[in-house]
Amino acid sequence: MLKDITLGQFFPGDTVVHNLDPRTKIIIVVLYIVALFSAQGAVTYGLMLLFLVTCIRLSKVGAKAILNGMRPVVIILIFTGVLNLFYNTTGDVLVQWWVFTITTGGVRTAFFMVVRILMLISGTFLLTYTTSPIMLTDGIENLLGPLKKLHVPVHELAMMMSIALRFIPTLIEETDKIMSAQKARGADFDSGNLVDKAKALIPLLVPLFVSAFRRADELAVAMECRCYHGGEGRTRLKNLAYAREDYMALGLVVALTVLVMVLAIGFGV
Amino acid sequence: MEPILELRNLSFVYSQGTPFEHQALSDVSLSIYPGEYVGMIGHTGSGKSTLIQHLNGLLKPTSGQILLHGRDIWESKESVREAKFHVGLVFQYPEYQLFEETVYKDIAFGPTNMKLDREEIDRRVREAARFVGLKEQYLDKSPFELSGGQKRRVAIAGVIAMEPEVLILDEPTAGLDPAGRDAILANIRDYHQSKGSTIILVSHSMEEVARSVERIVVVNDGKIPLDGTPHDIFSHSQELRSMGLGIPQVTQVFQRLRELGLPIEDDCVYTMDEARNVLLALAEKRGRSAC
Amino acid sequence: MKQNIIETKDVTFQYPDVPEGSGLVLDGVNLSIEQGSFVAILGHNGSGKSTLAKHMNAILLPNGGTVYVDGMDTADEDHLLDIRRTVGMVFQNPDNQIVANVVEEDVAFAPENLGVPSEEIRQRVDEALKLVGMSKYARHAPHLLSGGQKQRIAIAGVIAMLPRCIVLDEPTAMLDPIGREDVLRTIARLNRERGITVVLITHHMDEAAQADRLVVMDQGKIIADGPPKEVFQQVEELKAVGLTVPETVGLLYQLKQGGVDVPLDALSVEECAQAIYRALA
Repeated sequence: MLKDITLGQFFPGDTVVHNLDPRTKIIIVVLYIVALFSAQGAVTYGLMLLFLVTCIRLSKVGAKAILNGMRPVVIILIFTGVLNLFYNTTGDVLVQWWVFTITTGGVRTAFFMVVRILMLISGTFLLTYTTSPIMLTDGIENLLGPLKKLHVPVHELAMMMSIALRFIPTLIEETDKIMSAQKARGADFDSGNLVDKAKALIPLLVPLFVSAFRRADELAVAMECRCYHGGEGRTRLKNLAYAREDYMALGLVVALTVLVMVLAIGFGV
Repeated sequence: MEPILELRNLSFVYSQGTPFEHQALSDVSLSIYPGEYVGMIGHTGSGKSTLIQHLNGLLKPTSGQILLHGRDIWESKESVREAKFHVGLVFQYPEYQLFEETVYKDIAFGPTNMKLDREEIDRRVREAARFVGLKEQYLDKSPFELSGGQKRRVAIAGVIAMEPEVLILDEPTAGLDPAGRDAILANIRDYHQSKGSTIILVSHSMEEVARSVERIVVVNDGKIPLDGTPHDIFSHSQELRSMGLGIPQVTQVFQRLRELGLPIEDDCVYTMDEARNVLLALAEKRGRSAC
Repeated sequence: MKQNIIETKDVTFQYPDVPEGSGLVLDGVNLSIEQGSFVAILGHNGSGKSTLAKHMNAILLPNGGTVYVDGMDTADEDHLLDIRRTVGMVFQNPDNQIVANVVEEDVAFAPENLGVPSEEIRQRVDEALKLVGMSKYARHAPHLLSGGQKQRIAIAGVIAMLPRCIVLDEPTAMLDPIGREDVLRTIARLNRERGITVVLITHHMDEAAQADRLVVMDQGKIIADGPPKEVFQQVEELKAVGLTVPETVGLLYQLKQGGVDVPLDALSVEECAQAIYRALA
């Protein structure tokens, strides 16, 4: 069911991972992605995986939630896997049939590619699962702060993002409801060819858009009523402040990234 | 009489196998007979919404059966689809499902999905519009131009136009003002009388249910603890209160009057007319004995 | 004399782009709301009651006439923030007024906008959540709460501005009886214990009955104004504008029509039963 989608959801908690400064977490995720893309072989991937699993365990989010979040990207995963499987033709030939050749090199790249994407998504999901959207946008806003001098509307962008994240679960619920209502009127979302299926979505999408605009309208008024007037002069419930844990975590991840890069580039493992 | 709809030992578990697992219905059995006007009450989270979504095959029971005219609706893919045409379901705030360019087209959506011919669809759309009190001139308007109450009528007409044997309405009066509420309830009553179809009215307003229905099914905690005539149900005022449900104010007044010692034979009066008649008769008796 | 927190003087209003010939949404509204009072504004859909509410904190500005909030003209842009922090607003749909993904961060939204220092925001948030009885949900995600709970969060979000008046526009229309009761109890407590002025817009008669004062609107005009017991006696007039009276008053009215001498000002079940008992025993 649609309700099971966990993308962009936040699971409140009180763990080390939850309590890190959002800026720390964002920087860690960036470093993590850099390290992940430089990883080459079993050793470096192994190190990264160990790091990821440790973070997941520390966050108490549960592997199930992470895996559930993977569902929407399964197709991309399969696609990338298959593409890499046939694209790379180095190494020993394992299977040859018609124009398709599968080699050890292909299997290797396909495997690491899929692992890389899985780890990439898990890492970023862990960020959104353990950081409240407001903290997340606060962090982004703060990190991008210098861009304000270049007249980039950093606060507005951050606010937009946090509202988008806030309304994802609401809109998912709404989609579910409208879908049921149209099914009760005999709408069929599952059968027919691609054109039929696209057409069948109209009774779902029109009400969804109408409702999203209505919500936007009401929310704007509600925000105004609560004295919202842009980013100027705003204070925060929780001010961002680096604590000892943040420095430790950052130091650790910088070290890990350097290690992975040295191992991967220098030794190719 | 054969029931038109029958639930046999129905259970339903949400999100089975996840941390959000939740037993919404447990071992529910219920028979609905042709032509009945049934009220279904229960607070939010009692399981009543889950229950009604089983009646037309939107949800598949975890265990148990739903029989329509004695046949299991989950027998085949076709029978599940058919069930939606026999059992019409109007959701809460149905106006949010409108999507077509005109009111006419929106009401015609259900009948079109039934693959009826053009004339039959036309007849049904016009008849359904009449039942909910929508004037002809509205049919060519965009549903998004209408007022909230009128949109609700269009949405209800969209289900009525499928001419279901059983019509289920989930909180059809939610958010309407008293005049709008009375008008919709009157429309449903008229429809029930002239079409003779079975109606299930889901509500959390006791007053509303008391005024309309001949049988009340109480849903609480995934079960049906009470099922009977309004008279039966409202005599269980203690139990109802413990389920977070009230009884109509008139009934409360009568119970209190009896406690005070007024000679009222039946304290389970739940409609205004009945209450007035009983009390006026009593007043007349008093008047005579005083003379 | 107590001061008026809200005062409207000959307010008229019409939305733009409305076809010619349709009447005004607000047609000369004069209303003074006393500091600390609990006022219910009653009317059917389209009577202008919600439009009037939106004039009370400068979301809408009148076409004619003036609205004063604590002596400030709502048309004066220099006072906009002061007006909005004085009169808080709660709307019908709880989902569409919650900004944040965590309860306490949502409650903090208004004080954050007002530039309140962090430590004080913390205090205000904790205090507001306690007042609405939602402290233990501080770290919860609002979309998983019930309608009544969400609405209480919305109220807490307004309380955190420390307003002197709260206007609630049909806050219970989308709630079930339990949620309604919770919200009403919360509102009544704010009024009684904190002295916050409450303006409750509703079409539920039993809710309106809890107020000190009842204002009935129809076609953009105020057609009745007084204590609930007095206003509800005008059974026929209320019916004529699409409203009904509580069943208790309705029953007494019918008995009176039938020639039984009963008063019409018994709103509660107990009062009503006593009144009937006195007349018949």
